[in-house]
Amino acid sequence: MTATRAPSPVPAAMPARADVVVVGGGHAGCEAASAAARAGANTVLVTHRFDTIGAMSCNPAIGGIGKGHLVREIDALGGLMGLAADRGGIQFRMLNRSKGPAVWGPRTQADRKLYRAAMQGLIRETEGLTVVEGDVFDLKLDASGAVSGIVFADGRSIACRAVVLTTGTFLGGLIHIGDRQIPAGRMGEDPSLGLSGTLRRLGLSLGRLKTGTPARLDGRTIDWASLDSQKPDEEPVPFSFLTDRIDNPQIDCGITRTTPETHAIIRDNLARSALYSGKIEGVGPRYCPSIEDKIVKFGDRDGHQIFLEPEGLDDDTVYPNGLSTSLPEEVQDAFLRSIPGLEKVAILKPGYAIEYDHVDPRELDRALAVRKAPGLFLAGQINGTTGYEEAGAQGLVAGLNAARLAGGSEPVVLGRADAYIGVMIDDLTRTGVTEPYRMFTSRAEFRLSLRADNADRRLTPLATELGIVSADRAERFSRAEAAFLAARAALEAAKLTPSEAGRHGIAVNQDGRRRSAWQLLAQSAIEPDRLVAVFPELAAIDEKTFARARIEAGYDVYLDRQKKDQERLRKDEAREIPVDLDYTGIPGLSNELRQKLTARRPGNVAEAERIDGMTPAALALVLLAIRRSSLADAA
Amino acid sequence: MHSDTIAALSSGALPSGVAVVRVSGPDASGALTRLCGGVPPERRASLRTFRDAAGAVIDRGIAIFFPGPATVTGEDIAEFHLHGGPAVVTACLQAITAAVGTRLAEAGEFTRRSFENGRVDLTEAEGLGDLIAAETEGQHRAAVLQAGGALRILYEGWMARLTQARAHLEASFDFSDEGDVSEDVADTVRDEVAEIVAEIRAHLARADRGEILRSGYKVAIVGAPNAGKSSLLNALADREVAIVTEVPGTTRDVIEATLDLSGIPVRFSDTAGIRETSDRVEAIGVERAREVMAKADLVLALVDPQQGHGPLARFTELLSHVKHPMMLAADASLEDLAEGTARGRRRILTVRTKADQPAPSGLTARFGNEWTDFRFDFTVSAKTGAGLDTLTQRIAELAAAAAGVDGGGEVAIPLRTRQRDLVTETLHVLEEFIGNSALPAEVGAETLRRASDTLGRLTGKVGVEDLLDVIFSQFCIGK
Repeated sequence: MTATRAPSPVPAAMPARADVVVVGGGHAGCEAASAAARAGANTVLVTHRFDTIGAMSCNPAIGGIGKGHLVREIDALGGLMGLAADRGGIQFRMLNRSKGPAVWGPRTQADRKLYRAAMQGLIRETEGLTVVEGDVFDLKLDASGAVSGIVFADGRSIACRAVVLTTGTFLGGLIHIGDRQIPAGRMGEDPSLGLSGTLRRLGLSLGRLKTGTPARLDGRTIDWASLDSQKPDEEPVPFSFLTDRIDNPQIDCGITRTTPETHAIIRDNLARSALYSGKIEGVGPRYCPSIEDKIVKFGDRDGHQIFLEPEGLDDDTVYPNGLSTSLPEEVQDAFLRSIPGLEKVAILKPGYAIEYDHVDPRELDRALAVRKAPGLFLAGQINGTTGYEEAGAQGLVAGLNAARLAGGSEPVVLGRADAYIGVMIDDLTRTGVTEPYRMFTSRAEFRLSLRADNADRRLTPLATELGIVSADRAERFSRAEAAFLAARAALEAAKLTPSEAGRHGIAVNQDGRRRSAWQLLAQSAIEPDRLVAVFPELAAIDEKTFARARIEAGYDVYLDRQKKDQERLRKDEAREIPVDLDYTGIPGLSNELRQKLTARRPGNVAEAERIDGMTPAALALVLLAIRRSSLADAA
Repeated sequence: MHSDTIAALSSGALPSGVAVVRVSGPDASGALTRLCGGVPPERRASLRTFRDAAGAVIDRGIAIFFPGPATVTGEDIAEFHLHGGPAVVTACLQAITAAVGTRLAEAGEFTRRSFENGRVDLTEAEGLGDLIAAETEGQHRAAVLQAGGALRILYEGWMARLTQARAHLEASFDFSDEGDVSEDVADTVRDEVAEIVAEIRAHLARADRGEILRSGYKVAIVGAPNAGKSSLLNALADREVAIVTEVPGTTRDVIEATLDLSGIPVRFSDTAGIRETSDRVEAIGVERAREVMAKADLVLALVDPQQGHGPLARFTELLSHVKHPMMLAADASLEDLAEGTARGRRRILTVRTKADQPAPSGLTARFGNEWTDFRFDFTVSAKTGAGLDTLTQRIAELAAAAAGVDGGGEVAIPLRTRQRDLVTETLHVLEEFIGNSALPAEVGAETLRRASDTLGRLTGKVGVEDLLDVIFSQFCIGK
């Protein structure tokens, strides 16, 4: 164990026991530790070094399309990421603004230092949470096979009721730069070697994935004046429900493109890329290919767009988004200099690819608990995902459930009909991963209802019930909700005929049907002022609530069918199938389905229903078997 | 409790003496109202006439209403006991499922509902499920596979193109910040979906032709009393050697004769037998003629000008009952016909009878709201046989065109009801997509997801991973 560094809040004496121990201080670990502590558990967060808490190992940005939904949901559940992003954000942009609100993607570039400081501050403020620096080497199991504590590399230990592992890419991590290989977690940090063995010993199925990162550039050597730039939104929209406005200065990013010369250099040196020399076994994400991949697969394009993202307000480091690579350093240098604006660029840190072990997430249930090891929870990249937001969201669910297990409560599970978090966890635990998993809006079949703008309405009531949000948030939410409901009622009560609308300059079909202000809001780009001019009582509705009402009204007419489907799904998800259900003993089931059900072990009726080839008849038989087994249990 | 209503044939295989169609769900009473004109007294077997949406008689039989929850499924149940012929049962199921929210049941769905609503004992349900599951697991997908591969290739082709279109749309949401993805895909997607829609429509029309080969091209002969309907039918029948049947209708008071015209069975229906002695009965005559016309592929509208304007007015009144009258000139092209078939329009040929007698001049008739000079498509005399050849030849041509055996085109594959149901539902969802250009893109994307899920029940489901495969293979994604 290393000595405690200021300003770490680590107490002089390491606690000998805790309710929950969270291993790893990345995005998943922070959310897990915070959620566990908020849920009332006496929590210890173990990390190699306190000062890396809140570090962004890849690109300096939070949110994006689909990912922004996750951040809003984390926030709605009382998590940290949205608050930290608001405090660290230096280029807020609402992606897809020209499209419907269901696919809007809040995103911000973040100043690494500000973000890290914000996250460390939030962790420090959390009551019931202790941070310990150290290298966790193994887990302790009791006689029944349940987790009972952690063991450090130096032999010391903490006893606990639940452990959340959020070790990211540190499990069996191997960095590739050209033909050089360095065992490591993040660049410059030690890998966690012991825990890989622990997970194997538990009989968990592991896989190997890879991901990559571009070189970091010295911003002072970039010819910014020659480049196009990408502007921030004029009015930054915060992530957190608790943030009223963004105070950080907002910056531009540079935009450039690769050239035919860049492509030629990369092509000539492909054999020296770790990716193309056969040294990497892991599977990389298709949506985040290395520049080598792009040239090989899409060589016909005349250039690929590159965003030059400053890593901070007072930091000259620049992240060239779109250039992740595992070519040798001198080749990176050569191809970078073939890109307009980068002719004289200096590399601060070379790009690299990293391979790491992950656990097959089908080993987990939807509370993110390992089925084979009671008390063990996993979250983040260890489950085969990629991205800070995906990691944070899992961390929150795992930490919450670890605390509930420690406190003797039932697990809390979010469903596909409730949240993107639910979609992600269902995807992971049901179908596993073949590449690092990232969130997309297309993954959510209830995309029209699961929006970034209503994350608080969807999830804060639940979080309040679970006691994991602050009194301040609960209070502010219930005020906003009351305002919204009152606004909705007022808008629905305010009605006018087409001819009255016409007299007020509001264009509607002259079909003789009376419309409410709510309907008018949905149908046209009508300004609130105009409605207020017709109905003075609507003046009581504030701007934010009006904007919210417009979105809700706009989707209202399309959501009937989705609402019914959501209800049905929720019901089916709630109907659990015992893990030990014997499918071979169910008469009438085809052999094919028996095998599929036995192999996949669906946790609930909704999962069973989505198995390919499942028929209502077969499902009815499974339902009967569940009923029979619960009757047998009761007897 | 389910919000949708399911219907299925719940008795054994057809044909049978009596068939029982069972409907369960909130619309059970609605189905009774639609088919019988009202809900019969609870739990009482009541004799009723079953009619389709157009008012045409399907059959006459027993209707029973069982209000929930004290029923086998725990929901409202309607039962229709009909004659057990495939055509009658199909027509009945189609009429029931014409309402939104009412659909054909999947195999085992009644059992599932019974069980969910706690209406069956475990052993009983297991026994039922055993039977159903053994018989139907993956049955409709298997049926698609078995159809010589032709249907599978067709459906999978649509699915691949739909997936392609969806992938472009989804990419424009999820990867709009990528340089390689086009922002504006709405028009391309709409065009592609419109093409798929056109193909599905044509496919369903061809399936109709398959139906014609199987059960005959239906020709209704209508006209005022004494317009010469029976004489024409008899004359046609006499001239053709290949009379298949001539039977008095048992429930409909309609005379039918099936002739073989150039290899296609052509079923002529005549409203003869209705004796117009009073206004009330005449009203019934009009009603019957309307029913026959609603089901016909072709209507022969007969007029005897000797009768003057009175009967002619009644005749035009008859025509006004046809939903989408498409007056066909005698030389209408086959393309016009194909168009008519696709839209489900009835074709009408006007025939002047009793050509052996002199015609008064200056006849006019009312069509819709317009008065036009009246010109007959054909003029015939049953007595002398004049004009019969030309008329018969034209009917044979029309029947051949409708059956798709004229141009050596694609052979029509008869569809099972279940397949037709899913293909039709897919079509409707896709039509909803292209029919509403004001639909926000992300709402449209959900409509296409629904279409894909529906078609996927025939081809196997296409999920998000398939969409991502298309996206990542076609766009360079990744910043």
